[in-house]
Amino acid sequence: MAAHLSYGRVNLNILREAARKELREFLDKCAGSKAIVWDEYLTGPFGLIAQYSLLKEHEVEKMFTLKGGRLPAADVKNIIFFVRPRLELMDIIAENVFSEDKMHSPRDFHILFVPRRSMLCEQRLKEQGVLGSFTNIDEYILDLIPYDGDLLSMESESAFRECYLENDQTSLYHTAKGLMTLQALYGTIPQIYGKGECARHVANMMLRMKREFAGSQNQILPVFDTLLLLDRNVDLLTPLATQLTYEGLIDEIYGITNGYVKLPPEKFAQKKQGETGKDLPTEPKKLQLNSAEELYAEIRDKNFNAVGAALSKKAKIISAAFEERHNAKTVGEIKQFVSQLPHMQAARSSLANHTSIAELIKDITSLLYYNKTSCNSLVSASEAFFDNLTVEQEFMTGVDTDKVNTYIEDCIAQKDPLIKILRLVCMQSVCNNGLKQKVLDYYKREILQTYGYEHMLTLNNLEKTGLLKPQTSSRNNYPTIRKTLKLWMEDANEQNPNDISYVYSGYAPLSIRLTQVLARPGWRSIEEVLKMLPGPHFEERQQLPAGLHKKRQQGENRTTLVFFLGGVTYAEIAALRFLSQMEDSGMEYIIATTKLINGTSWIKSLMDRPESQSP
Amino acid sequence: MCWNLRDGLRDCLVAAAPYGGPIALLREPHRRSPSSRPQLEIYSASGNSLASFPWKSGPVVQLGWTVNDELLCIQEDGTVLIYDLFGSFKRHFSMGQEVVQSQVLEAKVFHSPYGTGVAIVTGSSRFTLATNIDDLKLRRLPEVPGLQGAPSCWAVLTQDRQTKVLLANGADLFILDNTSCTAVSPPGLSPQVSSIVHMSVSFSYKYLALFTDTGHLWTGSAHLQDKLSEVDTKIRNPPKQMVWYACLSACLSVCLPVCLPVCLPACLSVCLFPVEEQCVCVGELDGVRVVSSSRQELLQEVPLVCQEIFKIASMAPGALLLEAHREYEKCSQKADEYLREIKEQSMLGEAVRQCVEAAGHEYDIQTQKTLLRAASFGKCFLTDFSPDSFVATCRELRVLNAVREAGVGLPLTHSQFKQMTVQVLIDRLVYRQFYPLAIEICRYLKTPDYQGVSRVLKHWASCKVQQKDLSDEAIARAVCLKVGDSAGVSYSHIAAKAYECGRTELAIKLLDYEARSGEQVPLLLKMKRSQLALSKAVESGDTDLVYTVVTYLKNEMNRGDFFMTLRNQPVALSLYRQFCKLQEQDTLKDLYNQDDDHQELANYYVTASYREKRLESRLSVLQSAVDEYNKAKNEFAAKATEDEMRLLRFQRKLDDEKGAGLLGLSLQATMEALLALGLHKQAEQLYRDFRVPDKRYWWLKLKSLAEKEEWEELEKFSKSKKSPIGYLPFVEVCMKRHNKHEAKKYVSKVPPEQKVKAHLGPGGCGRCGDREAERGRDGAVLARCSASDRLLIDKLNRARATATKK
Repeated sequence: MAAHLSYGRVNLNILREAARKELREFLDKCAGSKAIVWDEYLTGPFGLIAQYSLLKEHEVEKMFTLKGGRLPAADVKNIIFFVRPRLELMDIIAENVFSEDKMHSPRDFHILFVPRRSMLCEQRLKEQGVLGSFTNIDEYILDLIPYDGDLLSMESESAFRECYLENDQTSLYHTAKGLMTLQALYGTIPQIYGKGECARHVANMMLRMKREFAGSQNQILPVFDTLLLLDRNVDLLTPLATQLTYEGLIDEIYGITNGYVKLPPEKFAQKKQGETGKDLPTEPKKLQLNSAEELYAEIRDKNFNAVGAALSKKAKIISAAFEERHNAKTVGEIKQFVSQLPHMQAARSSLANHTSIAELIKDITSLLYYNKTSCNSLVSASEAFFDNLTVEQEFMTGVDTDKVNTYIEDCIAQKDPLIKILRLVCMQSVCNNGLKQKVLDYYKREILQTYGYEHMLTLNNLEKTGLLKPQTSSRNNYPTIRKTLKLWMEDANEQNPNDISYVYSGYAPLSIRLTQVLARPGWRSIEEVLKMLPGPHFEERQQLPAGLHKKRQQGENRTTLVFFLGGVTYAEIAALRFLSQMEDSGMEYIIATTKLINGTSWIKSLMDRPESQSP
Repeated sequence: MCWNLRDGLRDCLVAAAPYGGPIALLREPHRRSPSSRPQLEIYSASGNSLASFPWKSGPVVQLGWTVNDELLCIQEDGTVLIYDLFGSFKRHFSMGQEVVQSQVLEAKVFHSPYGTGVAIVTGSSRFTLATNIDDLKLRRLPEVPGLQGAPSCWAVLTQDRQTKVLLANGADLFILDNTSCTAVSPPGLSPQVSSIVHMSVSFSYKYLALFTDTGHLWTGSAHLQDKLSEVDTKIRNPPKQMVWYACLSACLSVCLPVCLPVCLPACLSVCLFPVEEQCVCVGELDGVRVVSSSRQELLQEVPLVCQEIFKIASMAPGALLLEAHREYEKCSQKADEYLREIKEQSMLGEAVRQCVEAAGHEYDIQTQKTLLRAASFGKCFLTDFSPDSFVATCRELRVLNAVREAGVGLPLTHSQFKQMTVQVLIDRLVYRQFYPLAIEICRYLKTPDYQGVSRVLKHWASCKVQQKDLSDEAIARAVCLKVGDSAGVSYSHIAAKAYECGRTELAIKLLDYEARSGEQVPLLLKMKRSQLALSKAVESGDTDLVYTVVTYLKNEMNRGDFFMTLRNQPVALSLYRQFCKLQEQDTLKDLYNQDDDHQELANYYVTASYREKRLESRLSVLQSAVDEYNKAKNEFAAKATEDEMRLLRFQRKLDDEKGAGLLGLSLQATMEALLALGLHKQAEQLYRDFRVPDKRYWWLKLKSLAEKEEWEELEKFSKSKKSPIGYLPFVEVCMKRHNKHEAKKYVSKVPPEQKVKAHLGPGGCGRCGDREAERGRDGAVLARCSASDRLLIDKLNRARATATKK
C-alpha cells in the first residue's frame, strides 16, 4: 500500500509505520465502537498515514466533519475529535458537546490534538465548561509526513506566513521536534548546515533538544550524513516563477493537495463502443500522484517539453508488449504472457491517464505547437501563458526590471487574476532587489484601484515579508548573484538535461544551486553571495557516539536531507532529484518541507481579506 | 549486631523490612503519659542506629516498612504517619473517618506488585484496605457474619490481581474481597480443630500455613485448593509469630523463649533451633532473618549446589573440581586425577557451573574465593565455555560483599539481590545516603548513566540543597560541580526540592543549569519569577509554553506592567498579538497604541473599517487609519486611504441619486459599472479625479463600448486623441465581437511590427497574415520584431510555410 516509500535511499516507511503504530495505540485506548469527528484540514495529511481500512479495523464506524451545532446521530460508544490546536475549533467542539448532553445515551468524548496539545486550547475548553466531559485528551505528534519515497512534508499551509509575517515560530518548533523524531528513527545527523534566520533558529532548538535528551544516546547508525536547512526567504524568487516540469505544471494549473489532483473529467471519459457521449462525468477526476506509479515516477520531473516524447516511447513499448501475444506459441509462453497482463493493463491505463493530463496541460501551455483549436479565441490561453513566461524570463535575466512593465500594466487593465499580477510584481521586485519608490507606488495604486482597496493589507503583508519592497540601496545585487551562481543558463536542454536549469527552462533555482554548491565545492567558494542573501549561514556538528561513524565504501553516495522552511515547489524537488541521479554528484537528496507550495498557493497564504460587508 | 539494647526486645513493637531492610522499634508503645513517651528507634539491619526520638503522636498499633524504605506508623485512630529512614516526618494519611470512632484493633502492612499496602481491622470488626499507599484508595470490605471484635487470625492475600483478606473466626475461614465475604474450608484439615490460631502466607502469596489449637500445622496453596501436608507439631501454646522460610519446604514458628521450632512439613517433622532470649523473625525471599537483641541470624535452606559440593564424600563434579584445585595448589599430581575423572564423565562444564553458583550463595569471602578459583581453574580446560556467568558472579559478589559490610548493613543473599535488581539496590543505598558507594557500584557494574550515576546524583543533590548551614552560592557550586551536565539529572527537580525547603534563590540558581525549559517554566511561575519564566519559555521555542506564561502573566499583572513585560520579549509579544487578532481585537489596538506602532494601528483600523455597517462610522474609522498612516510617514497608504474615502462618498452619492449599487466596488469596477449604465460623464470624472492612467482607462472604455456594440462611439473615441494603447486592441475587441468590418477600420492604424499579429487575429485561419507574408513584407516585419518575441516569429514562420504550400 505504501511500498513506494521504501524504494528510496532512505526507507521512509519506517516513519510511516511509527506514525501508524501511535495512531492504533490511541484508538485502542478508547475501547468500543467509535466515530471520528474530523477537523477537515487534517483529513488530507492523515490520508498519507492511514486509510479508512486501518481506522475500521479499530472499530471506527462513522466519520464526520467538524461543524457547529449537534453531532450527527451515530450508535457508537466513543466520539473522538481529531483537531488542530485552534481556539476557534475548541468553540465548535464545545458546542457539539453541549448539544449532545441533552440526548439520552451517554457517549464518551475524546480529543486528539494534532500535532501537539495546547494549554491554550484546554484552557478554552475549561472556560466553556466542557473540559471535564473528555475521557482522553491526547496529542498525536504528526510533524513530518512521508509524502513520497524521498519527500517529507509537514503539510502546514501557513508556516511561511507564521514565520516571516507574524513572527510566530510554532511551526519551527514543530520542525525541530520532527527532526528529532527523524533522528530517533534514522540516527543522529552528524552535520548541519543552514542559511537564514529560521534555519538558525531550528538548528539552535535541535541542539538544545539534543542536550535535553542527553543521556539516552541514540545507538542507530546514521542514515543521513548531512542536514541542510534553508529558509524560504533566502530564495523568494523560485516559487514565483512558473514551474515547467510535468508535475510542476500540474500543480500550477490544477493544484496538487496531499498527493491528489482533481482534473476536469471530459478528457477521461471512457469512450466505449456503442455508448454515446451523452453522459459525460461531471465529477472532477481525482488521481493520486506518487512514485508508486511507474510511469509517473519516470516523467514527473521531466521538462514538459520532453514529456510528449517519453509518453510516445512508453506507448510503443506497451503496445509492443501487447503484440507479444502473437508470438506466444507454447502454453508456457502464453502463461507467462497472461501472468504479466495485470501489470501491463495497469501500465496502459496509467499511460492513458497521463496522455490525457498532458493534453490538458498542452491546451493551456502549448509551448511549441500552434494549436489550431484555440485560434478563434482572440487571446488564446496558450498565448497568455507564453507572454507571462516571457516576462518572467525577462525579469530573471534582468531585462528592464527597474521600469514599470507594460505587460503587467496590460494584465491589470484586463483585470487578470490578482494573484498572477502579484506574482509578477513580486518577481520584478525580487529580481531588482526592490523597486524604485515611484514604480512600486504605481503598481500598488494600480492594484488598489483595480482590485479594490481591501488589498491594502495584502500589499502590506507582501512588503513585510520582503517579497515587495522599495529599493533602499542604489546597488542591485541580483545580477551578481545570478552570475556567480549561474542562475540563468542560456542553452537549457529540456530533452536531455545536463543542468538543473531545465526545470524552469533556463532558470536554475537559487535554493538548489546553494544545495549543489554546498556539496561541491562548498560554501566557502561563494561567501560573497551568501552575504548578500538574507540571514546568517552556519555549520554545526553533532557528536556521534563512538562506533557509529560510518565506514564509507568506495563510490558510496552520501545522503543529505534538505529542509525547506516555508515551503518548496515541485520544480525544486525535480531539480534535487536530478542532482541525485547525476552520476558524478556522489550525493543523494531527501527533501523535507513545511508545505509543498507553488507561487499561487504561496501568495494566497499571504493575502489578507477583511470580510467586506455592504452596509 | 552492633546495637546496644538495654531491655532487649521485650515489650517492643518491632518492624523489620525484608531484603535486609532496616529495623524499627517502638518501646513500650502503650505508655501514654506525657512525662514518659515511648521511644521510636530506627536501626540498619546491622544495628547501626539511624534515628531515635520520643513518640509524641497517638498510640501506635503497628509499624511497617514500605518498599521505598519508609516507615509507616499506624495509629489507633487510623492515621498513618510516614517517616523516612532517618526519622524525619514525610506525610500522613488516614484510613477513613469511621476508624476514628471504632479504633484500629489490628493492622498489617503488606507488599504487592502495586506497591505497599495497609490493611486494618476496626473495633466494629470491619476491614479496610489500601492497596497502594502512594495512590491512596481506601476500600471498606464487606461485613463478616458473626465476627465480634478481632478475628482469631488473619492475613492479606494478593491473588489474580486482587487483594483479599483471609481471616479465621474460631474454626471458620472466610475470604473477603471487594464485594463479598465467602466462607471457605481448607481441604483435609482435621475436623477436631476448634480454632485456627495463626496463619501465615508465603513471600510469593502462593502458599498458606494454618496453625490450629490442636498443635497441627496445615500447609497448602493459598487458593485453598490443595493441601501440601499436615504436621502435628506437639506444640500446644500458640506461636507468637509464624513465618514461611522457604518457598515450598517449610514453615517456621516462634513460640518459646529459648528455642525456635522449625516444622519441615515435607518430612513431616519438627526440629528445634536454639535461640537466645526474645527474638523477631523476618520473612525473606529465601529464608528467615532471626533478629534478637544480641545477634541476627539468617535461617535458610542450604542451596542444592552448596549441598552437593560440601556434602561429606560428595562425588558431584563441583566437589571434585574443588578438590582438584586444592591439590593443584599443593602442586600435587592428584589434581590431574580428579580432573581426569570429571572429564571422563564430560562433566567439567557442569563442575565449573556448580562452583560458580555455589560461590554466589556463600557468605564467607574466603570460601567464595576458593570456589571461584576452582571454577577459573576448571575453565582453563574448557574451550567453548562462556565466561559470562563467571564474570557476572564475580562482579555481583564484590558488590554484595561491599553492601554486607556492617557499616552499610544490607545483608542480602545472592537470590535476593537477583530478585531486587541493581536499580533497587542503588535506591536502597541512596535512601541510606551512601552516595559514594552507590556511585562506585554503578560505575563498577557499568549501569547506564541515567539509571545509575545520574539517579544517585539527583538524590544527592536533593539532599544537599537541604543543608541549612551552607550558603546558596556554595551549594549551587557544589551541586553544579558534581552533577555537571550528567545525563538525565533534572536540575528542576533539585530546584523544586530547594524551593520546598524555602530556598528560592538557590532554586533559581539551580534552574539556570536546567536544559529543558519545559521543566524550568512551571517552577519559575510557582516561585513568582514570571519575567524569568517568560524568557525561558521564549528560549525553548515551544510556543505553547510561551502562551502558558503569557496567560499567566495576563491574569497576574496589571495591564500596563503586562504590556511592558511583553515589550521586552518580541517573540512573546508577536504571539500575544496573534492571539489578540483572533480573540481580542480591542486589546490588539491597545498593544499597538502602547508601542506607537502607527503602521500596524492603521492596518488595524483598515480591518476594523470593514466591520462597520454604516458608511459614516466606516469613514470615521478610515479617517483614523489615515491619521495613523500619516504618523507612520506612509504617504502612499494615507493617500490611498483618502482616495478610498473619496470613492466611498462618491459611490454613496451616486447610489442615492441613481441607485447604481456601487458602494464597496473598486475604482475600476465603479467606472466599469458607470460606463455600463451609460454614465460616461461620471466615469470621466472619476478618471480625472483619481488620476487613472490613460492606458487603463482606454482599455476600460474600449471594452465597455465593444461590449455594448456601440461601434460609432468607439470610432469617435478612437479619434478623440492618439490612443495610448495603440490600435491593435481596437482590432482585437472588434474581432471578439466578430465584427470584421469594424476591425478593418483600425488595422491601418496598427504600426507595421504589429501588423502581422493584427492580421493574424481577424484572419481566423491566418488569411491576413498570409496576405502580408505573400506581399513579401515579412522579412521587414521580422527584422523589426524584437528578438524575444519568439511566438510571433513562430507564427509568422508557420504562416509563411502555409503560404508557400498554397
